[in-house]
Amino acid sequence: MTVTVAWYMVFAAVLFSMGAAGVLLRRNALVMFMSIELMLNSVNLTFVAAGSEMGLIEGQVAALFVMVVAAAEVTVGLAILVAVFRRRSTANVDTLSELKG
Amino acid sequence: MIDYLWLLIALPFLGAATLILFGKRIGEPASGWLASALVAIPFVIAAILTVPFLDAAEPETVFLFEWIPMVGANASLLWDPLSALMTLIVTGVGSLIHLYSVGYMHGDERYPRFFGYMNLFIGSMLTLVLADNFGLMFVGWELVGLSSYLLISFWFTKPSAAAAGKKAFIVNRIGDWGFLVGLMLIFAAFGTLDFGVVFGEAHGLLSVGMATAITLLLFVGATGKSAQIPLYIWLPDAMEGPTPVSALIHAATMVTAGVYMIARSAALFELAPVTLAIVASVGAATALLAATIAIGQRDIKRVLAYSTISQLGYMVMAVGITAFTAGIFHLMTHAFFKALLFLGAGSVIHAMSNEQDMWKMGGLRKYMRVTFVTMAFGWLAISGLFPLAGFWSKDEILGAAFAKGGFFLILWLVGIVTALITAFYMTRLMILTFFGEKRWDEDAHPHESPWTMTVPLIVLAALSAGAGLLNTPVRLALEHFLEPSFEGIHQVHPPGGFTLWGLALASLVVVVIGIAIAYHRYGRGTLPTEEGGYWAAALDGYGVDAFYGAVIVAPGRAIATWLAMFFDLTVVDGAVNGLGSAVRSFGSTLRVLQTGWVRSYAAGIVAGSLGVVLWLLWQGGAF
Repeated sequence: MTVTVAWYMVFAAVLFSMGAAGVLLRRNALVMFMSIELMLNSVNLTFVAAGSEMGLIEGQVAALFVMVVAAAEVTVGLAILVAVFRRRSTANVDTLSELKG
Repeated sequence: MIDYLWLLIALPFLGAATLILFGKRIGEPASGWLASALVAIPFVIAAILTVPFLDAAEPETVFLFEWIPMVGANASLLWDPLSALMTLIVTGVGSLIHLYSVGYMHGDERYPRFFGYMNLFIGSMLTLVLADNFGLMFVGWELVGLSSYLLISFWFTKPSAAAAGKKAFIVNRIGDWGFLVGLMLIFAAFGTLDFGVVFGEAHGLLSVGMATAITLLLFVGATGKSAQIPLYIWLPDAMEGPTPVSALIHAATMVTAGVYMIARSAALFELAPVTLAIVASVGAATALLAATIAIGQRDIKRVLAYSTISQLGYMVMAVGITAFTAGIFHLMTHAFFKALLFLGAGSVIHAMSNEQDMWKMGGLRKYMRVTFVTMAFGWLAISGLFPLAGFWSKDEILGAAFAKGGFFLILWLVGIVTALITAFYMTRLMILTFFGEKRWDEDAHPHESPWTMTVPLIVLAALSAGAGLLNTPVRLALEHFLEPSFEGIHQVHPPGGFTLWGLALASLVVVVIGIAIAYHRYGRGTLPTEEGGYWAAALDGYGVDAFYGAVIVAPGRAIATWLAMFFDLTVVDGAVNGLGSAVRSFGSTLRVLQTGWVRSYAAGIVAGSLGVVLWLLWQGGAF
């Protein structure tokens, strides 16, 4: 039984769904971040798998770009998270609803 | 030299800009002298430029710059004998009036501003006169209306002056409407507003119906500016302005615009006999009507105002019977003697500490020698006594009416009757003002005016006496001078020989009768009481103002009130407020989506992305 590219795709889809479920269901901001990372990396997996299947370098390039963006996003996000935690002593996102219309 | 033609317009406008912007710093006498110089210099330039026409030089066009080339309206000036003559009248009489104002306006709070407006007036009128296309002429036409508004309501703190300014402006706007629509028709017919093309091709291109429509609309414009029935009502009220303004409006600028425009468009009017008959009839009717109103006025300036309307009636009648030269000739002589009469009246009013009621004057000839003698010239000139200016120009018009014959004999008769009435009311004015017992209070100390005011009077008196000799049946100098401007136009001329002498004698007799009746009535001690009946009606101008007020102003006001109080408040405001509250309620419906919970937004994003993915799959034929 050979491992075809479809396996990678299915695996990535499972990872992505887990991440998405985490973002939607967990209330802790830190865990939500980790879930987002999971989603991003599952997408990276699809990029790399598709790139190697088609013999294109662009798949790996895109993955690198995603990593850079993810790093930047985490930097800003964690800074906000720390600031919020200092002020509120909680990381529960549902308490942060001051912008309710 | 002709290259400096643009200076004629530029200098007065420069003066206007300078005096309106920096007048306060220039100060009282200086700004008056500056303004006078900026009208006098164009007069000198114009005089030099006119000299070649004495040797029958060709008319010239000076192109300045492109303005609206598509409609043939460029900043381009026409210098021909007609515009030269008009320029000389405007700047010549205008500079005398400026000089007079230096003394008359002494001590006025807004002295520099006054001269700024006066220069604006002269510049506007020169634009109108020198334009070589209807577009630029219309610019001058409108600017003249604006400056008259500014000057009539110069003492705007007086409610009557503010109202008079508005009245002049609005009534003129009605005329402007006709003029503007006329221009549109000209453009529709010729594809250009250029004088050369329009007048050159009119004969072949224009049907009688189109010519009639165009000329009638142009004539509506002329009735506004030149104060003819039915739009003459603004002119008597224009007396609210300072007296030099009245002189400027009545003599040099503004009211002559309509007559000039018709004379300039002679090639168009010639093609529309119906319009010409209407023009002549309106002119004659205005002449008679205004003269009968003038009889009953008690205010010295209002007598002169109605006499202006009456004299303008003569001019319009002249151009209506295609005696264009006669009309322009009378325009010129009238400019001299009417400026003289107004400035003289201003001198009297000045001396009497702003008293304008002639019944409170009397016996002034002993106190104001110069004013009296010069005004006497004006009086005899406007009455038409041989050999003063009015005699020649008025008789040329009457002679032309007689020569045209038929229906126009009625107009000749109207003109003769008007001449009699004119002699009567002018004599009445002179006797009430200068002769008889003094009827003023002891504390009014009448005195002669300063030299800046009497010098213009003397110059104008000389012109009123002598200008008629420019165009006598013996020597038609003006006629020859203007020939290039009326080339190819069939003009009516007064008859020659015995008929001419008979007509002249008839009008002289009529004038003498008019003066004699007035002397009989006012010149022998006790004055008649002029109250009630006809006198009250004439004093009121036959109630024309009240009539217009009831028929036009009141309905207009009612519509405006309805628009303001109902239409604007409910419909216009309703639409705006309705739009606002619709947006507001839509927003308050949508605000529930803004929960403030990050995870609900995330759910939205996920749902949206899923939707997009499903849509893409469906498009791709996955199911």
